Amino acid sequence: MNIIVCLKQVPDTEAPIRIRPDGTGIDETGLNLVMNYYDEHATEAALRLREQFGGTVTAVAVGPERAREALRQALAMGADEAALLRDPQLDGADHLQVARALAAFITPRTPDVVICGKLSTDDNAAVVGPALAEVLDLPQATAIARLEVDPNRARATVHRELEGAVEVLEVPLPALFTVERSLNEPRYPSLPGIMKAKRKEIAVMDLAALGLSPEEVGSPGAVLERLTSPPGRTAGVQVNGAEPEAAVEAIITFLSERAKVL
Amino acid sequence: MAAGAGLSEVWVLVAHEGGAVRKITSELLGKARALAGGGRVVAVLLGAGVPDPARTLGRRGADEVILVDDARLAHYTTEGYAAALAHLAAEGPPALLLIGSTAQGRDLAPRLAARLGAAVVTDCQSLDVADGALVATRPMYTRKAIGTVRLGPGQMWIAVALPAVFPVPAETERTAEVRSAALPAEIRIRTRVVETRAIERETVPLTEAEVIVSGGRGLRGPENFPLLDALARALGAAVGSSRPPVDSGWVPHDYEIGQTGKTVSPQVYIACGISGAPQHLAGMSGSKFIVAINKDPNAPIFQLADLGVVGDLFEILPRLTEAVKRRKAVG
Repeated sequence: MNIIVCLKQVPDTEAPIRIRPDGTGIDETGLNLVMNYYDEHATEAALRLREQFGGTVTAVAVGPERAREALRQALAMGADEAALLRDPQLDGADHLQVARALAAFITPRTPDVVICGKLSTDDNAAVVGPALAEVLDLPQATAIARLEVDPNRARATVHRELEGAVEVLEVPLPALFTVERSLNEPRYPSLPGIMKAKRKEIAVMDLAALGLSPEEVGSPGAVLERLTSPPGRTAGVQVNGAEPEAAVEAIITFLSERAKVL
Repeated sequence: MAAGAGLSEVWVLVAHEGGAVRKITSELLGKARALAGGGRVVAVLLGAGVPDPARTLGRRGADEVILVDDARLAHYTTEGYAAALAHLAAEGPPALLLIGSTAQGRDLAPRLAARLGAAVVTDCQSLDVADGALVATRPMYTRKAIGTVRLGPGQMWIAVALPAVFPVPAETERTAEVRSAALPAEIRIRTRVVETRAIERETVPLTEAEVIVSGGRGLRGPENFPLLDALARALGAAVGSSRPPVDSGWVPHDYEIGQTGKTVSPQVYIACGISGAPQHLAGMSGSKFIVAINKDPNAPIFQLADLGVVGDLFEILPRLTEAVKRRKAVG
């Protein structure tokens, strides 16, 4: 089975974010950057399919030079190959442009399955996966919490978590899936895996190498203009050391007079 | 807002379930009306055998309902909905299509945008038109930053809006005209919905709730979640959790609020035994009011709680539930 997993390198969600004074982005100095959390689940899903059916797992990322680290982690987890798609025209690309670049890499590789995280924790957009499915003309299932591929590899049965329901979908392969964290528990890279990953080559491809003209990538339709700090929340009233009855009274008063829900 | 004349036409994709229009649709119709000014607001209703929606949708601000009633749309599928909307847009695209940030809306919007070559922005918590562009703000970086995204003129815009950020508009006497449209004979739907299993819950969906009662590690075990259920029933609230109860298997994953779970913005969020890790705050710090109950006076959640109660939730919650019931019985 030919499996492609799409990755992104993002700031550690536990790390504080410093917005550049001009608001154009974040200051990455000293920032801990990691493989997007959901992409670890995507990589795990890809590796499990390979373990079940054989084949290869190729990890691909669009991003700057530093994104090699996320690809390196995928290799250390067990991916067979990795490629970084890097081009000046992709700096500031919107999600649809990223999807076009990924599609140019993926199409000639004729995958059985393409797997992405359900979103990346930096911009939280959840756009690249379904947009990529469209460009690749593959059926999709997003935010899947369960994945079973039938033995003859013709179709997958997946579970999606909706609001208050679980949807069971049958999806013919090839297909694209974006994965929820409840799908699996990502493995840690093993020491031999890490050593092996260090020796592996990460292919770097620009748009020309992908066979994409600047016109085909286009210009961004959506542009991040600036980042600002969220309106600060400040601590309000604190009730400390009160008897439970007094604490309850304080909550009731708050719910009815401030929040007006009682 | 420099909307001035407003957008000529704004479409709202109707989210419906079991014949009922979901609340997010009303929120979006209100926003669509504000952005359209004197322009047209069109509700797009896709389904099979859906009841006549003209009255409800009109009252919330729709001038027109485009109804595509087709057996192939009996269940939501990405490709069925994308084909229907792309077909309608081919006859004359709106300036803006608004879609609610539900599991289906997030599944659909990027695919449709890629198909139509439209610009798309998700997780919107504000939407304005300025200088011919759509300007949206959205939480990013685990809600540690707010991004302002600009969708320039000369292209169709698709915006996916977070639930419970735009107010439900007051009802009017407006009745929308209903226009039926047909799906093309040949559309390709490759996925098949085998079944949709409702998750048995006594309470309202988390993302639509006015009030959320949420529990964390401080609940100590699954046997104590009924304390939250009881309070939620009394308040008409939904029950959620932070990540540790999910990871410990006390509650299913769909309870989870936070970076790796749901994003909510209710009127009141009552955090019980939740310390307030950044990953949890990412999902709930947009709540209008936050009440926190925690034993630890140094819990980070108190730094953003409008009302912080330092105390034992096992003593407080049952009494609070009784007090709410008494209050409701009187009022």
